[in-house]
Amino acid sequence: MIVEIGHFALILAACVALVQGVLPLAGTLNDNQRWQALAKPAATLQFLLIAFSFAVLAHGALTDDFSIKYIAGHSNSLLPTQYKFASVWGGHEGSLLLWMLMLSGWTLAVAIFSRTLPLAMVARVIGILGLVSTGFLMFILITSSPFERLLPAPADGKDLNPLLQDPGLVIHPPMLYMGYVGFSVAFAFAVSALLSGRMDAAWARWSRPWTIVAWIFMTAGIALGSWWAYYELGWGGWWFWDPVENASLMPWLFGTALIHALMVTDKRGGFKAWSVLLAIGAFSLSLLGTFLVRSGVLTSVHAFASDPKRGVFILIFLAVVVGVSLTLFAWRAPKATLGGKMGLVSRESMLITNSVLLVVATGAVLLGTIYPLIVDALNLGKLSVGAPYFNAVFVPLMVPVVFLMVPGGIAHWREARWAQLGHDLRLPALAAVLAGIAIWTLTERGTWLTAMGLALATWVVVGLLTQIAIRLKKPGRIPPSFWGMHLAHLGIAVITVGITMVKSYEVERDVRMGLNDTVTIENYSFELVGVSDVNGPNYKAIRGDVKVTKDGKYLEMLYPEKRKYFSSAMPMTEAGIDSGFFRDLYVSLGEPIEGERLQWSVRVFYKPFVSWLWYGAILMVLGGLLAVSDRRYRKSATTLA
Amino acid sequence: MKKFLIPLGLFLGLVIFLAVGLNRDPREIPSPLVGKPAPAFSLNTLDANAPKFGPQDMKGKVWMLNVWATWCVACREEHPVLVAFSKANQLPIVGLSYKEVQPQDEPSGKKFTPEEKLQFARDRSALWLKRHGNPYVLSAMDLDGRVGIDYGVYGVPETYVIDKDGVIRYKRVGVVTPELLQSTILPLVQKLNAS
Repeated sequence: MIVEIGHFALILAACVALVQGVLPLAGTLNDNQRWQALAKPAATLQFLLIAFSFAVLAHGALTDDFSIKYIAGHSNSLLPTQYKFASVWGGHEGSLLLWMLMLSGWTLAVAIFSRTLPLAMVARVIGILGLVSTGFLMFILITSSPFERLLPAPADGKDLNPLLQDPGLVIHPPMLYMGYVGFSVAFAFAVSALLSGRMDAAWARWSRPWTIVAWIFMTAGIALGSWWAYYELGWGGWWFWDPVENASLMPWLFGTALIHALMVTDKRGGFKAWSVLLAIGAFSLSLLGTFLVRSGVLTSVHAFASDPKRGVFILIFLAVVVGVSLTLFAWRAPKATLGGKMGLVSRESMLITNSVLLVVATGAVLLGTIYPLIVDALNLGKLSVGAPYFNAVFVPLMVPVVFLMVPGGIAHWREARWAQLGHDLRLPALAAVLAGIAIWTLTERGTWLTAMGLALATWVVVGLLTQIAIRLKKPGRIPPSFWGMHLAHLGIAVITVGITMVKSYEVERDVRMGLNDTVTIENYSFELVGVSDVNGPNYKAIRGDVKVTKDGKYLEMLYPEKRKYFSSAMPMTEAGIDSGFFRDLYVSLGEPIEGERLQWSVRVFYKPFVSWLWYGAILMVLGGLLAVSDRRYRKSATTLA
Repeated sequence: MKKFLIPLGLFLGLVIFLAVGLNRDPREIPSPLVGKPAPAFSLNTLDANAPKFGPQDMKGKVWMLNVWATWCVACREEHPVLVAFSKANQLPIVGLSYKEVQPQDEPSGKKFTPEEKLQFARDRSALWLKRHGNPYVLSAMDLDGRVGIDYGVYGVPETYVIDKDGVIRYKRVGVVTPELLQSTILPLVQKLNAS
């Protein structure tokens, strides 16, 4: 019974979303203030209804109600409690419900934090979010209801995909969804600016904190996914250019570009149309990602059970949302006034160059991701695009982006003087060149790419220290957003070091090991001293005991596992990892090899600086948090309203 | 003003490709064998009294070769479709029993003769077909999977349509669905029969 009430609450939520989407927007057209005022209560009610139906599904999962088809398909009575809860978003239907919970949550947040905004603007933004929400709720109700019953109820559920039974994966999807959905707010602000025809600095200022918060979630979500792939898949990789990874990378790149373009629009009033386009683009790419993941048009390790009906629905939804926004853009954007004059060399010129580069990089990733689909659609055959393409186009586009971070931060608004810029950039340039030469001459295996990567990172670090030194000489309180920016940029430098080092110096060995066999890489010896059976709550595992010694001295034990979950025959690897500041040692246990003496296929990696990838992501997230904590964003409300 | 229409144009182009892509299956892999003669083989069949079977025995007929196994879970999903289809007598369906389960030699010493292995696989397959229905005119036993290699078997089940001259005209990796039969396979069979 309670399940049906949950379903009913979702239907009600769709009705409320429609009201929230239509009346306030209509109210802004005929200047009906009562209709406009409906926006906030409707958003609140919609959130409560969706939260209720989410709670119903979670209750079903926690109490093992296998009469719910979705729970029977994604949970199991043996599943540890935290994973029962995570099973709520472990499949297509439930993850969409989580998505909706977040969308309505973001809308509620807009309703709460917009007290100082003009009523019409709030009505427009919440109305647009209501329309998006209506579309998604219809999608859930028509094609993907998580409340379908399965009668008679099976004795036990099919279990959560073992890949998802991991703390990293419990928080990875919600983080990522918060990011995807969060871009809907920036989108709603941009479309509302187009609708009102008032593309002024106010909407840019208002969009900025929302965009940064969505970007923080997205950064954290992508980093968590990458970290999980690293320690869980047992391949030792951290980015695979899989279509679904690309689906999250593309909105992130657009979001990054948007954050910087909005800064120009806010501070200098320029590039309004460009900022609007980026805001539309970031959310459109989130929707496109949803389409690619859920419709089955591409093959991916993340494949959801796909259904062509779902694909058709999302494609129509995507076409309507993005098509209408871009038509509105083509109609209204030409009316945007130009901002203040900009010199060829100025902070805004560099910020805009960077955002263009990020957009081009997104285009390259998009092309690679959907190229197999395009070729197939043109009947030119089947093919797949792999890492070599992506590395070849992505890296050359990211190098100038990272390079421009330094002069972009130092140059003055409006018009920078070459002499001044050259003077300020002396130290970073010198440091970078020295670092590059040092790497080039001192190391054996490094290539010019190694030298360039580390020179670039040095350039960014010394560059941001220079900027801090310049700022400290000036009077006045330094706002937290200043530190936030530099922390995030430091994160980029740290990631650059991580990627450069791991790509240049990692060592991988695929070996067969019997008991007491040893493999040695980079002064580290790995000896398989034992293999034993281990029992988990819902799996059995074979555990290898690997003794690690460095230069003959005992260092530690690593315990890679090969797990078999009861409910699915799928074997899972749990790598044994010793994570250090400067290097990771990584052992994963493969299949047993029959022979005269029992052997195991074992993969051993030495990965220098790989954890810097995640340290960098943490710095970026912290930087983003510092930036949004800036009082400026709250104070601005009164001055702009 | 026109430049503001560029994003919309790009997007519409993208939507067209996505719409076409929706009707495609990325898992459908074209086989280099389509248009080539079906690789020859000579295999024992399920019936111990019957002679060995090879594609050459089907010359002059349009027929279907369906790769299956009792260990294959997806085959259970496909099987009722094939059973129903075989009742319509549109064309003969020949089974290729791929790597059927056989008794394993024990390390301690007990070894099975090839005949014992074949008999075990036959019994197992026959029991399975008795339980789930038999759509096949006969089923060839590819115990070691060598024929499967010649045909480039990618995953079980797989289905081939072979014409009167012994040329492979169609290959399907994965489950044959009623829609696929209606929309693709039947029209093809009718065309091949007419020629």
